[in-house]
Amino acid sequence: MSEDSKLKNSIDLVAARAKLAGAGAPRLWQSLEELSGTPQSQEFREYEFPPIAGKGNDEINRRDVLKLMAASAALTGLSACTKLPTEKIVPYVRPPEEILPGRPLFYATSLFQAGVATGVLVESHTGRPTKIEGNPEHPGSLGSSDVFSQASILNFWDPDRSQSVIFDGRVSTWSDFSAAMGDARTISPKGAGLRILTKTITSPTLGAQIRTLLAQFPAAKWHQYEACGGDSVREGARLAFGRPVTTVYHFDQADVVVSLDADFLTCGAGHVRYARDFASRRDLSAGPSSKLNRLYVAESMPTSTGAVSDHRLPVRSADVDDLARQLAAAAGVAVPPSANASAKIPAAWVGAVGRDLAAHRGSSIVIAGDHQPPFVHALAHAMNAALGNVGKTVVYTESIEVSPVNQLESLRDLVNDLNAGHVDLLVILGGNPVYDAPADFDFATALQKAKLRVHSGLYQDETAELCHWHAPAAHSLESWSDGRAFDGTVGIVQPLIAPLYDNHSAHEVIALFTSDSGKTGHELVRGYWQSQRPEKDKAFEALWETSLHDGLVAGSALPAISVAPHADFVSVGQSTAAGGDPNALEAVFRPDPSIGDGEFSNNSWLQETPKPITRLTWDNAVMIGPATAQQLGVTTGDYVTLTLAGRHLDAGVYIVPGHADNSVTLHLGFGRARGGSVGTGPGFNSYLVRASSAPWIAPGAQIAKTGKKYSFASTQQQYNIDHDGHQVDEESTAAMGQGGEHGRDLVRIATMEEFRKDPSFAKNPEEEDTKNLTIYPGFKYDGYAWGMSIDLNRCIGCNACVVACQSENNIAVVGKDQVERGRAMHWIRIDTYFRGNLDNPEMYYEPLPCMQCENAPCEYVCPVGATTHNAEGLNDMTYNRCVGTRYCSNNCPYKVRRFNFYLFSDYKTPSLYGMRNPNVTVRSRGVMEKCTYCVQRINAAKIRSEEENRLIRDGEIITACQSACPAEAIVFGNINDPNSKVAKLKAQTRDYRLLEDLNTRPRTTYLARVRNPNPEIHD
Amino acid sequence: MASEDSHNTVGVADPDPIIGPGHTFETVTDKISSIVLTRPVTPGWVFGLLIAFSALMLLNLVVTLLMIKGVGIWGIRIPTAWGFAIVNFVWWIGIGHAGTLISAILLLLHQKWRTSINRFAEAMTLFAVMCAGMFPLLHMGRPWLFFYLMPYPNPMWMWPQFRSPLVWDVFAVSTYLTVSLLFWYVGLIPDLATLRDRAKPKAAKIIYGMLSMGWRGSAVHWSRYETASLLLAGLATPLVVSVHTVVSFDFTIGIIPGWHTTIFPPYFVAGAIYSGFAMVLTLAIPIRKFYHLEDLVTARHLDIMAKVMLATGLIVAYGYLLEAFLAFYSGDQYEIYMMTNRFHGPYAPLYWMLISCNIIIPQLLWSRRVRRNVGLLFVLSLVVNTGMWLERFVIVVISLSRDFIPSSWGMYYPTRWDWATYIGTFGLFFTLFFLFIRFLPMISIVEVRSLVHETNEEKGHS
Repeated sequence: MSEDSKLKNSIDLVAARAKLAGAGAPRLWQSLEELSGTPQSQEFREYEFPPIAGKGNDEINRRDVLKLMAASAALTGLSACTKLPTEKIVPYVRPPEEILPGRPLFYATSLFQAGVATGVLVESHTGRPTKIEGNPEHPGSLGSSDVFSQASILNFWDPDRSQSVIFDGRVSTWSDFSAAMGDARTISPKGAGLRILTKTITSPTLGAQIRTLLAQFPAAKWHQYEACGGDSVREGARLAFGRPVTTVYHFDQADVVVSLDADFLTCGAGHVRYARDFASRRDLSAGPSSKLNRLYVAESMPTSTGAVSDHRLPVRSADVDDLARQLAAAAGVAVPPSANASAKIPAAWVGAVGRDLAAHRGSSIVIAGDHQPPFVHALAHAMNAALGNVGKTVVYTESIEVSPVNQLESLRDLVNDLNAGHVDLLVILGGNPVYDAPADFDFATALQKAKLRVHSGLYQDETAELCHWHAPAAHSLESWSDGRAFDGTVGIVQPLIAPLYDNHSAHEVIALFTSDSGKTGHELVRGYWQSQRPEKDKAFEALWETSLHDGLVAGSALPAISVAPHADFVSVGQSTAAGGDPNALEAVFRPDPSIGDGEFSNNSWLQETPKPITRLTWDNAVMIGPATAQQLGVTTGDYVTLTLAGRHLDAGVYIVPGHADNSVTLHLGFGRARGGSVGTGPGFNSYLVRASSAPWIAPGAQIAKTGKKYSFASTQQQYNIDHDGHQVDEESTAAMGQGGEHGRDLVRIATMEEFRKDPSFAKNPEEEDTKNLTIYPGFKYDGYAWGMSIDLNRCIGCNACVVACQSENNIAVVGKDQVERGRAMHWIRIDTYFRGNLDNPEMYYEPLPCMQCENAPCEYVCPVGATTHNAEGLNDMTYNRCVGTRYCSNNCPYKVRRFNFYLFSDYKTPSLYGMRNPNVTVRSRGVMEKCTYCVQRINAAKIRSEEENRLIRDGEIITACQSACPAEAIVFGNINDPNSKVAKLKAQTRDYRLLEDLNTRPRTTYLARVRNPNPEIHD
Repeated sequence: MASEDSHNTVGVADPDPIIGPGHTFETVTDKISSIVLTRPVTPGWVFGLLIAFSALMLLNLVVTLLMIKGVGIWGIRIPTAWGFAIVNFVWWIGIGHAGTLISAILLLLHQKWRTSINRFAEAMTLFAVMCAGMFPLLHMGRPWLFFYLMPYPNPMWMWPQFRSPLVWDVFAVSTYLTVSLLFWYVGLIPDLATLRDRAKPKAAKIIYGMLSMGWRGSAVHWSRYETASLLLAGLATPLVVSVHTVVSFDFTIGIIPGWHTTIFPPYFVAGAIYSGFAMVLTLAIPIRKFYHLEDLVTARHLDIMAKVMLATGLIVAYGYLLEAFLAFYSGDQYEIYMMTNRFHGPYAPLYWMLISCNIIIPQLLWSRRVRRNVGLLFVLSLVVNTGMWLERFVIVVISLSRDFIPSSWGMYYPTRWDWATYIGTFGLFFTLFFLFIRFLPMISIVEVRSLVHETNEEKGHS
């Protein structure tokens, strides 16, 4: 309607009259529009009659007809001449080497987190990567992994991954892209307008390529930005030593560890290795004579590291500076006290820690959190030096990064250049700065000032949307690359499969600008190493093969260097010191424990992984402590507006017991606008209030209630249970009163002192008696009898087992709504309990897989015999037989059974078919499922051993959870063999069974937790 | 016919008769069969049937959705993997028990008052068991494989797992349904013959004729009929006790605190009869009013049924008391927690409602005035029905929601589809019931006639 009226309004009647009056007036006319010759009428004609529009009065003449006839006749003839190529279908006469259907192969490669490589082994079934394990050879893994490595397999098969080159919103091709880049580089011969933005890079090959590029275009600039990178770590080292060295810690040699807001067990470079080393010092296999280390943690947000500590001090992140000064002073570092010393740091605590550190010179570690300011890092370095730890527990190497720069400043430079219009071509390799750059940079606006914008990434994300070109980046599992681990060891990244789509690695993109253009990733990476190594030809070939096989270049770890802190760093660092009013509310930004800085936000496994301590899934929140919540009058589920330096964020409040007062923790990585089908939506975008002036700890946060409510999906409601097992109040989240005579005794705890006095504190003599209270003869196990032991003293609650199990056993994801309804499907869960007061409770983890009971309550209630006891003591689940009465779940006292209330498994997405473990049934709707102790792995080992006519060796079967566990808390094996590791662990005095008084006689048993508190501290 | 001859009428002398005065064989037959044969279709009946049928269509919708999507549409979860479906199953099957008790046990005990209520009580049993029987099927994750629960020869060489009480349920409920159906049908045969003889339309004659299976009322027929009735009564009698005992095993065999208790079988049976009589009252009171049957279902009937309710209610109260006592007496921390959780936990209001509905309010029945007050009795019957439903909710849901490991505790909230399923079965029940009162004699003509005969005999002798 409006279109019509517009047309009519724009009719030029004067022109129409003139036309009719003129010499060439048409004899007949159709409309006023035609006469007036308005552009609309022209458009209309072209639209309505495309073939004749423009032709004017031209008619098809005889010649045209003949031409067309000739052409079609010729074409018809040509097509008839085409000879179809002969396709021969031949079965495998000589099958591809080593590939046997049904028998997986393992390839060593590396995966990256914030640029740091971690070695992994990838399980491949007939050419499809299906499962990621740690690489035992790799120093950063030692065979273990973490949630991110485990979940990377889903990222790889993610149907939302970018699949084709995009130009201006339309599908294009890689060759068009390379041609365009070839043209682009000729725009400015010296590359004055060329900018390259990458994430942190430790890849020697890529580093060399970029250097070549910069040499070729001297005026070009290379910027790096990582939203949750190690700027503070680098700057701290620069402050202390004058250059950004890398610090490597040896937790296995540390008797006393002080963490200044550092969650070194679950995030940051080398955390998998650190967890392993740390757990090795929580080992109690020597009984009461074992020597435990002691961990002090001062932190604002409770983390896994805080949960396993012996003493945890909740302090505002900003007050850690004050604490560090006091500790440093105690350690003999000359540092003035903080200008605004906080009364909140108990002097007794500092004193006791200081004395403990002093008593362990050379065998202690002080470690600062990645988000602490550089000054705290420098102080930690100074303390380590003063305590004589350097060279023993703390080792320095040259930076593992190719170019260790202050990335925030690097991005600031880029933004300035963009705003000044200096940028002709911006190439963004990985990363998503439009989403995760500091809010005050307004990167989206700045970005659009670049004349040509190119993005290479795994997803068509927020940044890709604003770029002209988007080239799908290759995932680590489908490309060649290399990278350094936390200690500098170079891992070679090799593809498990040809790129699924039109994917190309950063190496190939950079090559487009240099003389390497057109080379494959393989040629580039191999070529680089060939040029670097002294070995030639055959010797190099052998080295290359070995490096690929092992997943690392032997002996490539960076050597230790000797550096000493500058004497004057204190005065230099003063200006950067944090502080502020101790009663003001601070906001602390942290990468999310499950999805990191947003890189994994489209990963449904990680979204649904209950975060440590909070057990929250599918969301981040304004996390605050109970006291602050009371003060503000808010509670979990209140929807609030958080204001920080004039920026606002609307989000739900979540109360976390043990969170420091006057502090708010905001996890990053959520609230994506273009995060894919999973990542778009969940949570709140904390980047909106993150400014470059305070990227980690921002003072002056304000919280205002909106009156609205928000619902969180947590897998464990936090109950407060007193010693009688009464539930006191659901909302006050506090301690689970184990211990005592009346508690449920689910988590058994003692201090080292108590353990020495009573090594069998975990045993309950009454419970021991129940073993004989049956009139039925027990099962006889002549062969194997599988069992598991979980050491609560080692467990760090990192969730690696949860995601590993999900990957190994094709466990479905259910979504936030279903998690809220109590239908999460995890076969192993990490129960979390609190003990003590709300503000600083002790926290306990308890991983709970199926107990594989000897007297299983699930078995006898199943009406159809779908869950049965097998000859090796497992409670087998026969999915085909299950009719879904759910009686077994009701009768399971441990509630480890999971039910497919709907069709939770994704039967529709083709790309996910490739990811699934072919040895595990994908469960359909209406059947019960549960942990099977990875029965597919047991059976594979049995087949192998029977082929070789031997018994299964101890340690030959490693369950998925056990394999992933960086702390080696889970041990599985044959309990019929008294020499097996698991049997020995079960013989320890700390061994106990959950709910033993029910006489279920579980096969999974626990080793009780022993804390090693400092007798001087009473908290 | 009846009025002119007072010889055949029931004694006026009885101050509280079980059959109204002035009834002869003729009047009884007329009165009962006329409801089916001559009474025009009333708007009330049509309206009632329409409501019931709409609810039945709701059930249709829920079942369709359930088959398409799965049991996830309900509020069930881990740990509370059983919810409304099982609550409703136990509740409906409990309701059925009154019918069987009236028709079988009271027959064997020669309780004359049963005659005028046993027919529709039996029908109620049958329909209630149908409703109940749907739930175990619908609540399965894969209902199309229900036959795995039956022992049948198959190439998998698989049998049901006979240690599971759910398999016992299959046998208990299917036996119960079969016997109830047979008993009800056998009892109907002479009355069907009466209808056949009295029906005017040809179709009705043919249908009733076929259903009456050639009944001619010969002495041999009567003899066989009496024997069959007695035998079926004998068969049904143990079922009154066994079915709900087996149903209670569903819980007692489990190890969940609040389930694992030996008192359940007797207390479930008492509870079943309690709720069953409440339901008979709920049905009888409106029907006797709408169809003017006050002289067949007399105040005395209501009084006796109220007394039975009072008695069984007291047994149930004793069960609750003992359950609580034993929980604390056991010293078992889980049992103690289970009871305190019922008293103070998040579902505590439901528990106290249950105690009010099932124990406190029914104590009014001690008063004869209350028992004779039809309106109040109707309200009380609804209260008891609600209370018994709550009892099953308390047992199933509260026990499951908090068992052994606190990390796995979780609240069950019914969804709208839970309610829709429940309401839907009411639809089924009442649709069948409305059809029943319209097409079959809702009171046994034969038995009431024999009652008239007996009463007259007594009077004659006195």
